[in-house]
Amino acid sequence: MTRRVTVEQEKCVGSGQCVMTAPKVFAQDDKLGLVVVIDSTPPESEHDAVRDAVLTCPVQCIHFDE
Amino acid sequence: MTDKGSSAPSFPMKRCPFSPPPEYEQLRESDPITPINMPDGNQAWLLTRYEDVRRVLSDPRFSTNPKSTGYPVISPARIAQLQSENPQPFIRLDPPDHTRYRRMLTAEFVYAHIEAMRPTIEKRVEELLDEIEAKGPPVDFLQDFGLALPTSVISDILGVPYSDREFFQERSKAKLNMTLDPAEAAKATIDMREFLDQLYGEKLKTIDKTDDLITRLIKTRVDTGEISRQDAVAMIDLLLIAGHETTSNMICLGILSLLMHPDQKDALIVDPSLIDDAVEEMLRYHTILHMVGPRVATDDVEVGGHQFHKGDGVMAMISAANRDPSIFPEPDKFDIRRRSKGHVGFGFGVHQCLGQPLARVEMQSVFKVIFQRFPDLRLAVPLEDIEFNTNAVVYGIAGLPLTWTPR
Repeated sequence: MTRRVTVEQEKCVGSGQCVMTAPKVFAQDDKLGLVVVIDSTPPESEHDAVRDAVLTCPVQCIHFDE
Repeated sequence: MTDKGSSAPSFPMKRCPFSPPPEYEQLRESDPITPINMPDGNQAWLLTRYEDVRRVLSDPRFSTNPKSTGYPVISPARIAQLQSENPQPFIRLDPPDHTRYRRMLTAEFVYAHIEAMRPTIEKRVEELLDEIEAKGPPVDFLQDFGLALPTSVISDILGVPYSDREFFQERSKAKLNMTLDPAEAAKATIDMREFLDQLYGEKLKTIDKTDDLITRLIKTRVDTGEISRQDAVAMIDLLLIAGHETTSNMICLGILSLLMHPDQKDALIVDPSLIDDAVEEMLRYHTILHMVGPRVATDDVEVGGHQFHKGDGVMAMISAANRDPSIFPEPDKFDIRRRSKGHVGFGFGVHQCLGQPLARVEMQSVFKVIFQRFPDLRLAVPLEDIEFNTNAVVYGIAGLPLTWTPR
């Protein structure tokens, strides 16, 4: 089953760590610098990076579910 | 709050040059959530486990506002400094106020935007090293490099004249000195606000001709009535001090730790792909915000099997969390090859460092070239003569005299 990346953007504080960790999956919007998902079903090669993004997000607003 | 009373350890405990107080390690084993006596006679809870620290720092029921009843006071100078901040900078506010202010600045520190500045920052590093080379050894790398780089970068971003650096560097140092006379700590805070308010006035005269962060803040937030001039000044004050005093100490401690581990320094020269991990390890190992973080429970909250009550002061020590062996094996070992991702050197929760992409780019730019340019860089004095800023809210060194063999 495909693993899906979701975010709670309203919780985001724009630390940018997800973009640093997984730039193919996350970006920040121009207006407020808040997280946007650019690839919600990333290939397996990106999964470790996404898990790191989940770990390092200071407000735990990134979710990576089955 | 507890009857352990006088038997409880007193805060702050004596730290080592390269490690938090050894008591943290013992307490993490025996009493990971333990009462401590604060300097003002009140008690707080000291937290030393990674998970507990992250839980507290990311739980909105723990306030970071020094005006909240029960907020732990780390020193008389610190509380005088905090009380003289009028208005308070948003770093000391809780959501939703904190969120409102922080979001006025998040776009400025977007990762991609800071990445785009990397060539300029790398160029500045080279220029400073050119100047140092021309000057010849020995050179104080704190003054001429570690402090100079982030000061010039944040000055450019904000639009603060670099020529005023001595003034604001000295006030920043005073604001962070925990053992200063409280009246002096308060005066440094007020002087800094006056200086920035004056600068704000200058900016108004050239508002249509300049494009820097201060000017953008005026145009998009003050002129629209969202915030007051004083609010803007408080924001600039915070960005200026956070933008230079922290990174300068990280750069110098980073250089020093590599000089003390020559094998790792050599590895870095041979394999620049280690730079990013090396920088993360420096952030973890040194955790210069060694007084972070004071919090106070605004409700009854259970964390790590402990029931906190409303009004309980908490010291959620990121310096202890970053040495938790269950997360970072052999935590007292400096190892640039370790996986230190997930460290809390920039804090955790909604208050985590806003400028972290900038700090990273600055540090990465430094370690990309410094030992290439000066392969035999070494201390110009014995290590014992290096003075550490133990009494500062932001830990660091008072000077870094280095020498090398000129080419």
